[in-house]
Order: sequence, then C-alpha cells, then structure tokens
Amino acid sequence: MAKITLSNLAHSYTSDNEYALKTMNHVWNDGEAYALLGPSGCGKTTLLNIISGLLAPSQGQVLFDDQDVTTQDTAHRNIAQVFQFPVVYDTMTVRENLAFPLKNRKMSANYIEKRVADIASMISLNDILDKKANGLTADIKQKISLGRGLVREDVNAILFDEPLTVIDPQMKWELRTELKALHQRLGHTMIYVTHDQTEALTFADKVVVMSDGEVVQIGTPTELFEKPAHTFVGFFIGSPGMNVLGAEISGNKARIGGHELDLGHGYQNLSGKLEIGIRPEFASLSRNPDDLPITINRIEDVGHYKIVRASHQDMDINIISDEGAEIFEDMKFVSFDSSKINIYADDWLVEP
Amino acid sequence: MKKTTNQKAWFMVLPVLLLVAFSAIIPLMTVVNYSVQDTFGNNEFFWVGLEWFEEILGSERMHDALGRQAIFTTIILLIEVPLGIFVALHMPKKSGVWSSLCLVLCALPLLIPWNVVGTIWQIFGRIDIGLLGYALDQIGIDYNYTQDSFAAWITIIVMDVWHWTSLVVLLSYAGLKSIPDAFYQAAKIDQASRWSIFRHIELPKMKGVLLIAILLRFMDSFMIYTEPFVVTGGGPGNATTFLSIDLVKMAIGQFDLGPAAAFSLIYFLVILLVSWVFYTVMVHSDKESGS
Amino acid sequence: MKINKSAIVMIFYILFLMLPIYWLINMSLKTNQEILSTFSLWPNDLTFDNYMVIFTDPSWYGGYLNSITYVVMNTVISVSVALPAAYAFSRYNFMGDKHLFFWLLTNRMAPPAVFALPFFQLYSSVGLFDTHIAVALAHTLFNVPLAVWILEGFMRGVPKEIDETAYIDGYSFFGFFRKIFMPLIASGIGVAAFFCFMFSWVELLLSRTLTSVDAKSIAATMTRTVSASGLDWGVLAAAGVLTIIPGALVIYFVRNHIAKGFALGRV
Repeated sequence: MAKITLSNLAHSYTSDNEYALKTMNHVWNDGEAYALLGPSGCGKTTLLNIISGLLAPSQGQVLFDDQDVTTQDTAHRNIAQVFQFPVVYDTMTVRENLAFPLKNRKMSANYIEKRVADIASMISLNDILDKKANGLTADIKQKISLGRGLVREDVNAILFDEPLTVIDPQMKWELRTELKALHQRLGHTMIYVTHDQTEALTFADKVVVMSDGEVVQIGTPTELFEKPAHTFVGFFIGSPGMNVLGAEISGNKARIGGHELDLGHGYQNLSGKLEIGIRPEFASLSRNPDDLPITINRIEDVGHYKIVRASHQDMDINIISDEGAEIFEDMKFVSFDSSKINIYADDWLVEP
Repeated sequence: MKKTTNQKAWFMVLPVLLLVAFSAIIPLMTVVNYSVQDTFGNNEFFWVGLEWFEEILGSERMHDALGRQAIFTTIILLIEVPLGIFVALHMPKKSGVWSSLCLVLCALPLLIPWNVVGTIWQIFGRIDIGLLGYALDQIGIDYNYTQDSFAAWITIIVMDVWHWTSLVVLLSYAGLKSIPDAFYQAAKIDQASRWSIFRHIELPKMKGVLLIAILLRFMDSFMIYTEPFVVTGGGPGNATTFLSIDLVKMAIGQFDLGPAAAFSLIYFLVILLVSWVFYTVMVHSDKESGS
Repeated sequence: MKINKSAIVMIFYILFLMLPIYWLINMSLKTNQEILSTFSLWPNDLTFDNYMVIFTDPSWYGGYLNSITYVVMNTVISVSVALPAAYAFSRYNFMGDKHLFFWLLTNRMAPPAVFALPFFQLYSSVGLFDTHIAVALAHTLFNVPLAVWILEGFMRGVPKEIDETAYIDGYSFFGFFRKIFMPLIASGIGVAAFFCFMFSWVELLLSRTLTSVDAKSIAATMTRTVSASGLDWGVLAAAGVLTIIPGALVIYFVRNHIAKGFALGRV
C-alpha cells in the first residue's frame, strides 16, 4: 500500500502542444479509495494508465511512497488492475487463476494455498474454486480478476478501469457494495475510473472530477455536492445538475435581471464572468413576489421526489420538490436557501 | 444468434444444391458405378460387387501410397503448424507499412499456381541451375532429388512448408489480432512468463482459427498432387507417389477404371472421416466459446 | 530488444519465401545459354526475350486469357449462388440444414484426383469439353462450399434485428439484400471472392483434364511445354513469373483485410 504523488505531471499523445492531460500536482493518500470521474475523453483513462505504468508521461513524475516509479514498467510497480472487460485465463480453474500471480512470483505452495483460500472466502468464490473460468458470468469473472489483485499482499494500489461496464444492472449494485466493504476491511489504496457519478459517489472516499484533461476538483462526495469548485462539477454531479445563473454581485447581494437576492456572505473585488450556483435541492417554489419570478415548463415525477423544470427569462432553473409537497398554480416564484448559494467567477468557485 | 424455422429457406439453398449436385453427385455416381463393375472394353460392363474394393484394400500399392501420404501429411503438419504460430507471434502488431509488407509477402506463395510452385522448386533444387541445389553441392552435400529418394522427400517437404506455412501464419495472426490489449496488460501485472502468456492467453484465443488452419492443411496436403507431380513425378521410383498421384496414374495413365474408382472412394472416405472428427471438435469449441 | 528479435524472425522467414521467387525472376531475365553455361546470382546478360516469346506467341498469352476467363467466371458463379444459401444457413432453421451444410463442406474435401476422370466424361458427354465454363463449373465443386462457409461466418456477425428493421421499413427481401445487407457484409464477399479466385487460379489437375486447345489454361500450357521442349528454362521461368503477378496484385488490393479475412469471419 502506498501514497501516490503526481508531481508536475502532464501528457500529450501528439508532439504538438495538445495535452490530453494538463499539468497537475496531487498527493493521493495511502489507503483511501479514489474515484476518477468525468465524461468520455476527459483524460481519466490516460491518467490511470500513467499510474499503472502502461503509459509513460511526457512530463513530470509519479511517486509511490516518495519513490520515483515514472520509468518503471507495470510489472515492477506492484499494482493490481481490473479492466473494463473481464480478463480471466479461460483455460484455468478459478483456483488456478487466483494462484497465478503468486505462482509467477515463486511463492511456496503452502502459502499460495492459504492465501487463495483466504481471498476466495473474502470475495465469496469458495464454492466455484474448481470450476473452469471459461463459462462463468461477467460479474464472477470481474471478481476473479479482482481476486488476482488481492492475493498479492504487496500491492501498492488496486486500479479499476470502469469495471462494471459489462455487468448486469442488479449485479452492479451488489458488486459495488462488496467492493466498498472490501476496501474498508483491507485498506488498499484504490483508484476507480468511471463516468457514472453514482458509482463514484458510493464507492469513493474522495472523488477526482476531471474535465478536458484537467482535474477540476478533488473532494468528498459531500464537498462535491455542496461546494462544487467549478461549474462543470456542479453540472456533472447531481441529477439534475446545479443551476447556474448569470448575475451581478456586490457585497452580499446578487442581481439577476431586475431582481435582488440575498447571499449568505459578502464578496469583494469580483471580476470576470460572474454566476451564482444553486442546487435544485436547495431551491423551492414560493408565492412570495419578492422572490425570483419563473415560468414552470414541466413537472417530472421521478418517484420519491418531483423535478420542476422552470425558467427565468432564458435561463433554465430546476427545482426539486418533495413527493408530498403540493404544487399550486400561483407558485410563480422560486426562493433559494441563501447559505447554499455558491459564487463563480469565470467558472471557478469564489470563497467569500 | 437465434434462428427461426423456415422451410422456405430451402429455395435459397436450391441454386447451390443444383450446382453441387451437378458437379459432385453425378461424377460421384460415375465413380461408384465403375467401382462395382469391370469391363473388357467396348463399353460392356458387368457387375463385380465389392471385388475391386477388396483388391485395393489388400493391395500393397494402396498401402504404400497411403503410408507415404500419412507420413507426409504428419510431417508437414508437425512443421507448418508450430512454425506458422511462431512466425505469427513475431508479425508486427501495429498496422503500418512494415506490417502490410509482411502480410503481402507472406501471402504471396499462396497465390502462385501449384504447378508454378512445382516449377520454382524444380529449378531451385537443381544442381546445375538452381540456387539451392548448387549451394548444397558446393558445400559438399550429396543432393539430387531426381535420384535420391531422401533428397526428393526433403525437397517436397521444404517446398510444402514454403508454400503453405503462410496460411497458418495468416490465420494465427488473425487470431492474435483479436486479443484485447487488456489481456497482455493483466499478464504483465501478474508477471506471467512469455510461455504462460502463450499458453494461457494466445493459444486459447487462437484455437478456433488454428483448427481451421489444421483442417485446411490436412485436407489439402492429403490431396496434394500438382507440386510433387511437377518436381519429381512421383519418383524416384515410387518414393514420392502420394495418393493422388497414384490415383491419376491408375485412372488416366493405365485406365484401370474399376480399381481406380474403388481407390477413389476409399481415399475420399479417409479424408471425410478425419475431417469429420475435426469438424465435430470445431463446432464443439465454437459452442463453448460462444456461451 | 524484443522488436529487433521479431524483425529478425520476420526477415528470415520472408527471405526464405522470397529466395526461390527471386531465383525464378533471375532466370527469366537470362538467356538459355547463360542459364546452362554459367552460374550467377544475377543476370549478367540481361534480356527480356523470354517475356517477348510469351507476349507474341498466342499459345502462351492465350493461356493467360483462358485462365483469367474461367477464374473470373468461377468467382462470379460461386459467390452469387453462395450468397442466398449462406443467408439461409445463417438465418433459418430448416429441414436437414445441418446435414446439408456438412455435406456441402465434404465437397471441399474431395480430392480433385478423384473427380478428374468422371468430370472429363461428364463434360465430354454434354459437349462442354474444352470450354471455359467447364473448368469454371468444375471448380465450383470446392469453391462453392468454401464461399458458403466464409459468407455464413460473416453473415452470422450481422445482427438479425437489422433484417427485421428493414422489413418493417417496407423493404422487399431483394431490396433489403441488395441495398442493406450486401454492403454490410462487403468485406465477407470480398474475402469469399478472394478465396474463390485463389483456389481456381492455382488449380492445375482439373483445368488440365478438362481442356485441350481452345480453353487451355496457362498452368497446362506450362506443363506441356516442359514435356515438349524440355529445356527452355528461360521462357518457362518467365511464364512462371507472369503467373505470380495476378496473385500479387490481388493480395495487394486486399492487404488490409488479410488479417480478418483469413480468419473467415470467425474471429
């Protein structure tokens, strides 16, 4: 297990200055579970491949526990990886699959047997240990490839590259829960790449949100929810994403169109493109004419809550209202929980 | 894929059926017809039952030809399949000019008419005008494929390896190309040896196409006619007289229609039997990997 | 260095493949006198006379034209009858389908030597002896089963939903087959045609047995020349070189499909 340091790291696939990964400096703590979250093409797989050693960065270093591993290949970094599509050795039994990495490292037979038995019971594969890996379902195969990583006691980190892509929906949830439990029990450093926010938020201690080759925020799920560091994080996380409204801001007041809103805090010396961000969860419909007037376009009932799709002038505003709360014709205004309003200048969060 | 039952599909198969019936069944019936009759010429035939079959099955000539054929096919399969896999493993994996060049050059011998293959090796192996024969002669090796049966065998085998190994190479290469990178990455992480990668990743993924390769090589080498016919004409003596050469000698050379027909049917049945075993294994493994 | 090792293996293998071909080209550019009198690694007295013989003598260049004629005929016939059959095998269950499929394949296993004489008698009796179509039809014996098999493999890879959607969109069967399905399996058709071309082009025994003068193939021309004049190595080599060229051209055009094509759609 190891702390992972990315120092001045950047990568470009082409020789010109088109960076798939823009310069970054981060330290990822030992034993924590990280999720790399972002849309396709944001650079998350590139970053994962650099950490696993499949790709050499065009600039900067990767350190495991302060030891520079940038030039080491995958085999010497002592990492384990679970891929998008299950990789198992079809010709071997489940037991042989699990024993394979240990055998290759010339461990003693006794040790291998014990270790395989431990891991198999941990990820509940004991019943099928002597089956051929060939005919098993995708979720079991993913467990086996995870198991091949877990059997090694010296792994620095376990990497997951969208491991649930080919898993049936009901198994996804189960596998994710199991993974989370495993992490709490074993305490490996885990890095989990996904474009699915639910997966990221339920699995990880810290979520690393990436966009366009850049890490825009690293934070706990709560932080990402309440204080998105960038409007992109606001949009990307949450369903529906954060409302972002263009505004003028002076002191502790924001003006949208002709309307003035109270802000929880005062702001000084703002410049650039200014916006306020408010999550639909912290907005509510009201009858108070002092609030922001809106037009309701549509109401979607999604089970335990309703999404009100509304707009003010040409800005969309989404509001989440409880299942029980009734919505009346004359509710033509929206009020925001002023303590939950975030201010963005040129898309980046401004602290009061 | 789930298929629907539709008897009308027969109509789509009909053209193939008629064509193959014309070019397979009618000739085959002729063969069967000959195999149970004898003639003294003048188109007068009389029934002899299974006499020809008994004669052929008991004849030393057939045994020898079959024996030579079996040894030849075994040897070339033992050389071409491992060599083909070995070369395929070293084919450039990345697409590009170099890999296209390798593919084109490898495939070249496959599209040379078989008699030209024979001619090429006939010339290449001659002591007076061929590079190979001349070189061997110069370094003092006694090599003459027209007189020495061992040299003739070596020539025919090297020629077949030259001619057909590329088929195994290209099929194996196609199999290798279908393996996702993740498998190699996982193997690296597991610190698998080169041999383990081959044994547990590459070989299983190549199995399907490799079976096709072995089946095709078995069938075609078992039917080999043109190349040895051109190079050695079946000689020296009968040293390289394989089944097809012997059969043509019997049927067209000596016009022994009855024995030749019986010979043909036995020959065909042997190929069918072995191919059927391959086919069954193949379909079986297709199902296995499909589930 | 792993890359270097692979390159060395490839270079050796290709060298092994190319040397005999080089030798043939080398000989085709020498005079007969040079071939027989001196041993040289390249032509000392470069001559194109051997090629001129072939290009000016109708019995030589006629052989090429005859071969190409029946090869093209065979390819067209084989692929066009194989297409509907392969579609039926890939899409439907019908009475006896599996037996039929295997029986078709058995014809690919039939030794041409077995069929040579019966074919001769068959085509003579229907008056087709020494015609292009006779050879083309005879070669369908092994090419049609192969084409069906290859095409079936490619067609299996096309989801059935595409057929169904097309019918719902109001396509007739033929409209669908021509406008939607054929483009989807274009590479499969290419591969099947390639193999038909290949096996018809390289075959000697049947083409020699079924022709004598008018439709005589280049392969037959070559073997007969050997037995007749015996020693005209230069012309023989030149004729050989010229038979390699069509194959080389065909490979060059399909080079990007070779890897997948040789797996017959089954990877």
